[in-house]
Amino acid sequence: MNQVPTETIDPAKVNGWGVDADPRNDPTYPMRDRSADTEASMRWERPPLQQPGVEVLRSVEHNRRPAVFGTSTPPSGISGMVRRAAFAYSESDWRHWLMLLGADRINMVEGIAEDLGRGHVPNVPAEMGIGAEWQHNKAGLARKVAIAAAVTVVAVALLDRRKDRSPARHSARGIR
Amino acid sequence: MLAADYRGPRRMRVSSKREPLIQHPRDAIVRVTRSCVCGSDLHLYNGLVPDTRIGMTFGHEFCGVVEEVGPEVTNLKPGDHVLVPFNIACGQCHFCKQGLFGNCHEANPQATAVGGIFGYSHTAGGYDGGQAEYVRVPYADVGPAHIPDWMDPDDAVMLTDVVPTGYQAAEMGGIQVGDTVVVFGAGPVGIMAARCAWLFGAGRVIVIDHLDYRLDFARRYCPAEVYNFLSIDDMAVFIKKQTDSLGADVCIDAVGGDASGSPLRTLLGKKLKIEAGSAIALHWAINSVKKGGVVSIVGVYGPTGNMVPMGNVLNKGITIRANQASVKRLLPRLIEHVRAGRIDPKALITHRVPLEELPDAYHMFSAKLDDCIKPVLYPNGGR
Repeated sequence: MNQVPTETIDPAKVNGWGVDADPRNDPTYPMRDRSADTEASMRWERPPLQQPGVEVLRSVEHNRRPAVFGTSTPPSGISGMVRRAAFAYSESDWRHWLMLLGADRINMVEGIAEDLGRGHVPNVPAEMGIGAEWQHNKAGLARKVAIAAAVTVVAVALLDRRKDRSPARHSARGIR
Repeated sequence: MLAADYRGPRRMRVSSKREPLIQHPRDAIVRVTRSCVCGSDLHLYNGLVPDTRIGMTFGHEFCGVVEEVGPEVTNLKPGDHVLVPFNIACGQCHFCKQGLFGNCHEANPQATAVGGIFGYSHTAGGYDGGQAEYVRVPYADVGPAHIPDWMDPDDAVMLTDVVPTGYQAAEMGGIQVGDTVVVFGAGPVGIMAARCAWLFGAGRVIVIDHLDYRLDFARRYCPAEVYNFLSIDDMAVFIKKQTDSLGADVCIDAVGGDASGSPLRTLLGKKLKIEAGSAIALHWAINSVKKGGVVSIVGVYGPTGNMVPMGNVLNKGITIRANQASVKRLLPRLIEHVRAGRIDPKALITHRVPLEELPDAYHMFSAKLDDCIKPVLYPNGGR
């Protein structure tokens, strides 16, 4: 860890020092071109409108759909229903975002179901980058595998114990 | 074509998808030759950004070769080598006219607070991104810039986001000659912000992180004084001791919601998602800057809310400046800096990876394996 203070750097020796220094660049220095901040500019000529070929949800804070938009992964399934419901609320309303986050988690399950439905079993370790882990962090990977194995063994043992205590098992033993 | 395919938090794969089509007269189709994995992609990867849908292709930092253009794109032609800013901007709305190309109002139906961004969830417009062999580029007559003949494409791809975002972080700091600038986060953007702070005349540049290999890189590259927060008991006290007890003139949050450094905030923001990510870097920035100082935010947070010491913002008279970088506005100056050798963008690239190995690249970057600072994907073999 870098606990020891590092050497002070002489700015004069830094390549390019001060080339963009500007005394006007105070906090209030406008980064936007205020000459264009006019009432007239608030009514701009719109670009041609993209034709929607898929369902595109729209924030209630927009008074019209922006001219272009992405068409990746339109809403579908249960997650799509939740997303549509979320867009009843504004961006200022936490329900909007929390519902979208919830929809994302539902969508993840839908993705797995879709994979299985197509006969594709997702290679989850590969998707999670086990190749990089194997190449660069073998000790960490071994530790994770060991923890997962230990948790599995404990879980199986606990389940087995529960089965042992179940009335059916007891009665069966009683008969024997 | 091959393209990134998001399958849920920390799960990515490369799938075969249909090639994109021209959908608007101002569209272009670009064959991607380089595409970075950005630190802000990790917010998507970790499931922190709402409306990140299964099957989406990420990637907002890319360059490539124009394959096809729509009828209203007259400044580009097939075969042109272009770098594509991460913002999708119409160039004619109220905000674009003011140079706020990161805040275009004609590119994102799903939200008004965010402009359109390639491959960055439906909250940023629902566009598939450039971690693919081909990508649709809307408003291609506005954003894409020709890559100069003398420029290495590895430099060009870094000009789509990392360099302008780092530069704008320093610019928004309102740095005056001799100012002390503290940058929280030694990721690619933090390193670039620290490098650019010198260009604005900083007197001292300090970088804070918890990864020694990144701090060592920042120490050499920026150059900067570097400190590991794991060895610091109290950040505000530490920075004040470094600055004659007054605090830094400018603090830059180049981390965002994925920050480490506070177990409580990690639990609330990253695990339970009660906050929009962990805002510990912003908390430190507010409490470490001097009265009347400037906090510049380029770290990405989710759209809900975060607990930060707003009382101190008021009482200290702090100016907070933040925005997505306006790449188009900054490009001419940044290209000059690259040409003059003042900025060496490709030096940040530590890993060059075929598109097919994308899941490993994500995991390596996210888990900080193999001293990873910046992984770049090479779709189409980089040609």
